[in-house]
Amino acid sequence: MNKKTSQKVAFLTFRLLGLLVVGILFWILGFIVYNGIGIISWEFLTTAPKEGMTAGGILPAIVGTLCLVVGSVIFAFPLGVMSGIYMVEYAKNGWVVKLIRVMTNNLGSIPSVVFGLFGMALFVNTLGFGDSIIAGSLTLGLLVLPLIIRTTEEALKAIPSSFRTGSLALGATKLQTIRRVVLPMAFPNIITGLILSVGRISGETAPILFTVAAYFLPKLPHSIFDQVMALPYHLYVIATSGTDIEASRPIAYGTALVLIAIVLFMNTLAGMLRRYFGKKVKTN
Amino acid sequence: MRRLKRIAERMVEGLLTLSGGVTSLAILLIIIFLFKEGLGLFNSPNVEKGYSLCVNSSNEIVRLNPLQIKNIFDYEVSNWQEVGGADEEIMPFRFDEIFSQYSDEELGEDYALLPQRLSEVIAKHPNIIAFLPQKYTPKDEASVKVLPTKNISFADFFGGKEWLPTATPSPLYGLLPLLLGTLWVSIFAILIALPLGLGVAIYLSELATEHAGKFLKPAIELLAGIPSVVYGFFGLVVLVPLVQRSLNLPVGETAFTGSLILAIMALPTIITVAEDAMRNTPRAMREASLALGATHWQTIYKVVVPYASSGISAAVVLGVGRAIGETMAVLMVTGNAAAMPRSLFESVRTIPATIAAELGEAPAGGAHYQSLFLLGCILFVITMMVSISAEVISKRQYSKGV
Repeated sequence: MNKKTSQKVAFLTFRLLGLLVVGILFWILGFIVYNGIGIISWEFLTTAPKEGMTAGGILPAIVGTLCLVVGSVIFAFPLGVMSGIYMVEYAKNGWVVKLIRVMTNNLGSIPSVVFGLFGMALFVNTLGFGDSIIAGSLTLGLLVLPLIIRTTEEALKAIPSSFRTGSLALGATKLQTIRRVVLPMAFPNIITGLILSVGRISGETAPILFTVAAYFLPKLPHSIFDQVMALPYHLYVIATSGTDIEASRPIAYGTALVLIAIVLFMNTLAGMLRRYFGKKVKTN
Repeated sequence: MRRLKRIAERMVEGLLTLSGGVTSLAILLIIIFLFKEGLGLFNSPNVEKGYSLCVNSSNEIVRLNPLQIKNIFDYEVSNWQEVGGADEEIMPFRFDEIFSQYSDEELGEDYALLPQRLSEVIAKHPNIIAFLPQKYTPKDEASVKVLPTKNISFADFFGGKEWLPTATPSPLYGLLPLLLGTLWVSIFAILIALPLGLGVAIYLSELATEHAGKFLKPAIELLAGIPSVVYGFFGLVVLVPLVQRSLNLPVGETAFTGSLILAIMALPTIITVAEDAMRNTPRAMREASLALGATHWQTIYKVVVPYASSGISAAVVLGVGRAIGETMAVLMVTGNAAAMPRSLFESVRTIPATIAAELGEAPAGGAHYQSLFLLGCILFVITMMVSISAEVISKRQYSKGV
């Protein structure tokens, strides 16, 4: 084969592979949307499951996921941002920083089911929270901590140091500089990390299996020590072990659609924010 | 007032410093809690807790290992000779059988006479092996020999070929089928995903117009963002029937199905890391190759890909890491049969799927619970090694570039 033809063949293959990836995405999304859109209605979103989860809606699962998102963000966001600030603004480049960075990366690579085990051992059993919103939120919070730290670090590093030296030269202290100059500028990018973690938290199943998720619980939670249903776990349950798997299939499609809509909305929003503000910082 | 402000500032800065250590603390706690529970397994007896095994004192047997005990009570081994005893038929005896042999009166009030009756049974049958609650086990009887229980050993766990955590009288905690199942599914997933991901990475870094890249990149990000339970659901309703029909298998829940879904899930990682590595190829190297008369394609496979090889290896390692730890999708499509994997087209069970499927039923603190934590430790160690080796490999690329 002459080298021109072989190039043509190779490049055509790569183009097709690129198309294939997009095809896979559309296949999955299209399948869920096509099958799930019919069941989505106001009633589906605002009522509790009925008749062994073969009818009714998914309100408790939506509320549960919302509780978990809020709970884990309250815990992980301030902590992650503070940790990011320390790493970029305070830490001197030494072995401590290297160690912390390795630890953060490693925490991010631990499988989610291991977080579930850990959450069960520490929060549910040792601290005695039982299966509860607080145990689940803390577990999920730990899971997204590396994500928040990393985005905060990147956001802070993107601020040119001239802004810091300018502020310091005007007599501001280091903390004042961070609070009044650096943080406001980095804020949009830090928020990107927050949005991404909301998407991640709403979709995770393994960490909540043993720390909070309830199989079936039609009433809404009253305190942080209550169990809740959650969207991803609800999907798992009705897809694999419901009372009547065939009859609850439409509900499963609907749940998958709601879940995917939340997660992809968050990811797209974060992507748009990042692109928009990324450009803005560059022009500065 | 000024001083107060300074003190407040110091405190905030101290708080920031403390928060810097939060991830290290988290890892430390994870290690402590995982290993504390997990290693507890090796302090558990190899017979179900609270029970003991008794034989007639004329029996030569001194000790049985868990696998032998399981085989005896499953009637797979029926002669004492096979486990090192005399050539006699084994008579397994489970505790509840006593109630069919004696009336309530004979057992006495509150079963006070139960140990006595049990020792009668054991004395009567020289080839019996009885599985009894310790509470009712006959003590100090000349005709009864209680087999000593040993703790579960490292060899039982790491070398065990059977995972039967709820078997009585002797649960088996063999890591091998689960570990092999995990590696089997993950490695095959990467074999599917690597050529695909590499092709797309080459396309993105070398061929794609800006417009096409703007379309493809968000698509890959979306693919990475889909929750694993949704992948599992998609696999369950689409891929499982598809695999079953097209390959004409009895069931569609196979290792192959798991590999397919994992391949899709690992694609974004592989594409992004490999693309980054290829983009880092210095312009001068490409231009030198083109100037020597090589075509664009020759430049790609003789210059760019070899140059980016460590980055590509890092991509593979990270992809494997992602696949090994993946729980929900695999749990939903591989069928979860805990046997040694023999073919790609049979059901397998992975380590994360085992944890997710069984932890809910394992009573906290028991041997089963501890064994699942030990599986968590194994998973933790594997992913740590993966993430550290990925880091080492990609560092090599940078040092080579300078």
